[in-house]
Amino acid sequence: MRELLTVNGLCKTFVLSKKQQRLEKTKTKVKVAVDNLSFSANEGEIFGLLGPNGAGKTTTLRMLSTLIKPDGGDAVLDGISILRQPEQVRARIGFLTSELKLEDFFTPNYLFDFFSNLHHVAPQVRAARKQALFSRFGIDRFAEVKVAELSTGMKQKLSLAVSLAHDPDVIIFDEPTNGLDVITAKSVTDFLLELKGQGKTVILSTHIFSLVEKLCDRVAVIIDGKLVVCDTIDKVRGGRSLEDRFFEIYCEMAGAVL
Amino acid sequence: MKSSIWTVMKKELSRFFGDRRILFSSVLLPGLMIYVMYTFMGSAIGNMAGTGERALSITAMEIPPSMTAMLQERGLSYESFAHYDQDEADRRKEKITAKELDLLMVFPANFDGMVAEYDIGSGAAAPNVQLYYNSASGSSAQAYSQAVAMLDFYESSLANKFDVNNGQETFDLASEKDVSGQMFSSMMPLLLTIFLFSGCLAIAPESIAGEKERGTLSTLLVTPLRRSELALGKIFAITIVAVCSAVSSTLGTILSLPKLFGSSGEQLDVFYTTGDYLLLAVVILSTVLLFVSMISIFSALARSVKEAQTYVLPLMVVVMLVGISGMFEHASGGALLYLIPVYNSVQCMSGIFSFELSRVHVMITVISNLVYCGILAFVLTRMFHSEKVMFAR
Repeated sequence: MRELLTVNGLCKTFVLSKKQQRLEKTKTKVKVAVDNLSFSANEGEIFGLLGPNGAGKTTTLRMLSTLIKPDGGDAVLDGISILRQPEQVRARIGFLTSELKLEDFFTPNYLFDFFSNLHHVAPQVRAARKQALFSRFGIDRFAEVKVAELSTGMKQKLSLAVSLAHDPDVIIFDEPTNGLDVITAKSVTDFLLELKGQGKTVILSTHIFSLVEKLCDRVAVIIDGKLVVCDTIDKVRGGRSLEDRFFEIYCEMAGAVL
Repeated sequence: MKSSIWTVMKKELSRFFGDRRILFSSVLLPGLMIYVMYTFMGSAIGNMAGTGERALSITAMEIPPSMTAMLQERGLSYESFAHYDQDEADRRKEKITAKELDLLMVFPANFDGMVAEYDIGSGAAAPNVQLYYNSASGSSAQAYSQAVAMLDFYESSLANKFDVNNGQETFDLASEKDVSGQMFSSMMPLLLTIFLFSGCLAIAPESIAGEKERGTLSTLLVTPLRRSELALGKIFAITIVAVCSAVSSTLGTILSLPKLFGSSGEQLDVFYTTGDYLLLAVVILSTVLLFVSMISIFSALARSVKEAQTYVLPLMVVVMLVGISGMFEHASGGALLYLIPVYNSVQCMSGIFSFELSRVHVMITVISNLVYCGILAFVLTRMFHSEKVMFAR
């Protein structure tokens, strides 16, 4: 398989405010969120970032989506650098996270058209894609209902549809099933497998082991901003459950016994 | 690039013009409120000045011939009693208390004779006229004022040694155009500055800080849209809405000012040409762009609409003070003064309204405002790039 995304030595540090220092119970002013992270993702695979809260998964995805800039290192998407050509990178990715919201005032129809226009999608292509995605997620019945009046699950599906308006090569999902009911979560995970079947690359972050085992071809375990393991699911598991293996790795890293 | 800016503008305009509440409160309501408020004030002042429909009810006792003529000259009708009657006077006083009568005038018997014989140097008490009225009744207070003014006039005419501007000749040589210009130039620059700023303040924080607060701005930042396109799209769209708000407020003011100032029955003539209105529109547009850019910077810094409005408050005070300065002074210095933001706009508006406009000053004002706007748009773009600003917690 062709290597589509190459992440090379990504680093990111944050300066902590006094309030954050109090919350994190630390006196250090600088927090290393991502420390020299390197991995690659291939075309047509689902790649998972697994780690506990605060491990640096979301920061990594935010750097890959060019929302924030790395302090060191780079990532290259099909020859395009996130540092030097961020607009071109954004044109090739779809990014979905719970922190990105859609305006309550507009309808799904309007928002899909709006984001398609920002991605310069031709009107006839846009119409066909909208119909396909809206019917796939059952949004077509609510196409003219304001986002404010949609259920949480429907909003999440709409966010997913909007993030795919430009048919991106790489889809980056941060905690894709967070806060969703089981039916919506199943619908989303099934769709991720469909995307994989279409040859798309999916990069997702999660702390749910079952989701990684169900979806991912390869997984990178991140703890305290550092890459600990990166391999296929079977190799990472080493004949045990992913959960057991993860805690073993975590204890080795943290020097603790759970 | 143009198409992305237009896409952002369309979205912003759909948001503002599609929301009936925002449209009503930001665009229609200001003009409507100003019109109703000024019309009401004009009507109230008119009523207080005696332009009301109801005739004043006055009773006069022992009225001398000199006063009869003066009351008739002023168009004041009255009920007359040739002689003082204590019982009748008491009944009239009760009616005044009950607001059924406006004024009771009681003159001493042979008032004209007593006045003619009275010697100021004698030290004796002067003839006394008693005026009974009710200060809690508007019409009674008005009747009292008119009677006092009439008696004062009569008293001063008794010792008349010289006159000032006596006769029918017109002594005020100001043209009607100058009078209108003076009135509008003293009020409109301040009002327009406040309306323009308020219009921007109602919209800009909602568009930038509001989107940050709701998490919808980040969604735009992960599209191929350039930060500069986002900044310009928002500034242009907010400017259009703010101009609509300013037009509404200005229309409300222009339509109601004659009602406010024309309380004494005069009609105000407006002498402004299409050229004046065009120049005013250019100055207003450049001023709104400047205000929008300034407020946008504060809105980008803030984490919420409320915080943005708090940040902008000191700026609003400064803008109002500069607007007030336009009521009292006209820039007599060089063209460099027209490089001072806000002050230049106020002075240009004042110049347009008072017909003392310098096209060079308008040009300097518009160009400098556009340059400041460009600089601020660049700063806003840099702020959209900044993680600290965009993702501050």
